Amino acid sequence: MIRRAAGRVLPPLLAFLAANLLWETAVRVFDVPAYLLPAPSRILAALVTHAATLGRALLVTGHAALLGFLLSALLGVVAGVAIASARWVQRAVYPFTVFLQTVPLVAIAPLLVVWFGFGIAPVAVAAFIVSVFPVIVNTVTGLRSVDPALVDLFRLYRASWAARLFKLRLPAALPAIFAGLRVAAGLAVIGAVVGEFVASYAGDDAGIGMLALTYSRESHTDRLFAAVGLASLLGLALFGAVSLASWLTLHRWHASEQEQVR
Amino acid sequence: MTPGRAAESSPAIRLRSVRRVFPGGVEALAGLDLDVAAGEFVALLGPSGCGKSTLLRLVAGLDRPQGGEVAVGSPAGAEHRGVGYVFQDAHLLPWRTVLANVALPLELAGVPRDARAAAARAAIAQVGLADAATRLPAALSGGMRMRVSIARALVTAPRILLLDEPFAALDELTRHRLDEQLRELWLASGMTVLFVTHSIGEAAFLAERVVVLSPRPARVLADTRVGLPGRRDALLRTTPEFVELTRRLTAVLATEGSASR
Repeated sequence: MIRRAAGRVLPPLLAFLAANLLWETAVRVFDVPAYLLPAPSRILAALVTHAATLGRALLVTGHAALLGFLLSALLGVVAGVAIASARWVQRAVYPFTVFLQTVPLVAIAPLLVVWFGFGIAPVAVAAFIVSVFPVIVNTVTGLRSVDPALVDLFRLYRASWAARLFKLRLPAALPAIFAGLRVAAGLAVIGAVVGEFVASYAGDDAGIGMLALTYSRESHTDRLFAAVGLASLLGLALFGAVSLASWLTLHRWHASEQEQVR
Repeated sequence: MTPGRAAESSPAIRLRSVRRVFPGGVEALAGLDLDVAAGEFVALLGPSGCGKSTLLRLVAGLDRPQGGEVAVGSPAGAEHRGVGYVFQDAHLLPWRTVLANVALPLELAGVPRDARAAAARAAIAQVGLADAATRLPAALSGGMRMRVSIARALVTAPRILLLDEPFAALDELTRHRLDEQLRELWLASGMTVLFVTHSIGEAAFLAERVVVLSPRPARVLADTRVGLPGRRDALLRTTPEFVELTRRLTAVLATEGSASR
């Protein structure tokens, strides 16, 4: 058990350390100026020095990203059910969900400020806009891929619409829905950070995006790297949480969450 | 349960000039007649894709004919209640235990929890799986899953049981054992059974009556009373009577096969 866990954790950890060592050496040997590319040791130092500011920013961004993600999960599944339930809903609504996917977030972020003011609301909405599409698409795909024989079985026993949805179609679609949620987790963080570029104040409640913008203007590249690194960690954490939920829900019955035994 | 008594009552299933054409012009059934008496065990024997499954879906009420009449239940009417259906594969809900899978039809009918659990346990015991009630389908063998599927069809105590090549995907030994079990179930219950198969041996072993169908569109080529004993075991397959019956059925299928080519 421990050996297996080590076999999983060790290779990426070693690769990470090796890459950083190479980076550190290269920066020192070629004497790269810190405002262009700071050495990992400098980034670490910046991280420690500004831990309080960065930590607070991480909480602010995390809060908005989580809110946007939960909104995506809820509304995305509901929209997916509506779209998969009737052809006319699909024809009426689907094109506009594609619009959500292709809309340039940076361009409409100012609009979100107009509508929702500054603060967490427009940032959460930005996170929602970029992360809802994969949830909708995967929910629709999952609901559409239900075994036709099982649909027949439920028809044979005259199951109600609600029984078909909650006892057959949604459970059968869960693996696909979780696949969508995983993608959405990473996107929600990206959406939140981009949203903050436009919609948050530089101040006590500045998020990671706002900090990154400030550091970039001030050429504090080491702090910028620290902020970006923390944003990635946030995405990873959200992704990990969704993966855990997926495993807990599916591992007993679905192949996607079972160890391959050969 | 004697087959003789059943044959006298009004038909449990009555098809008259049933026509079913699929989009694209594929004609599955072009005016088929068939009567199945209450309590009878009828095997529908025919090549793959001859319209046997279409016929079964019509009887189950899962599909509608474009022409003709499908009457199910005695007294004859368009009543589909009390029909059990077993598919080609088990088609269980993988997230539900054996017990919850078997209880599903009763759950959908709004039967209270305790009553449906009791009925499900009884049905599971009927197919010899009492020990596996709390397991998930993924932990079962193919033969066991098929038995769960049969238990699910039996749990509503249907008067008519429809089976669509249920054992076709199983190995021969498992299939023989399930054939024997199904035969026992029929003898004990007095259900009307319509069993679709493309296996001559299986049709002859199981049924009281074998209806041989032609390739699409399905016509009745032969309608044979089996005339084998009520209780049947593995050794029946080696008796001269059984061999003679399968020879006759093979001959019917072979002549038609060469004629249509």
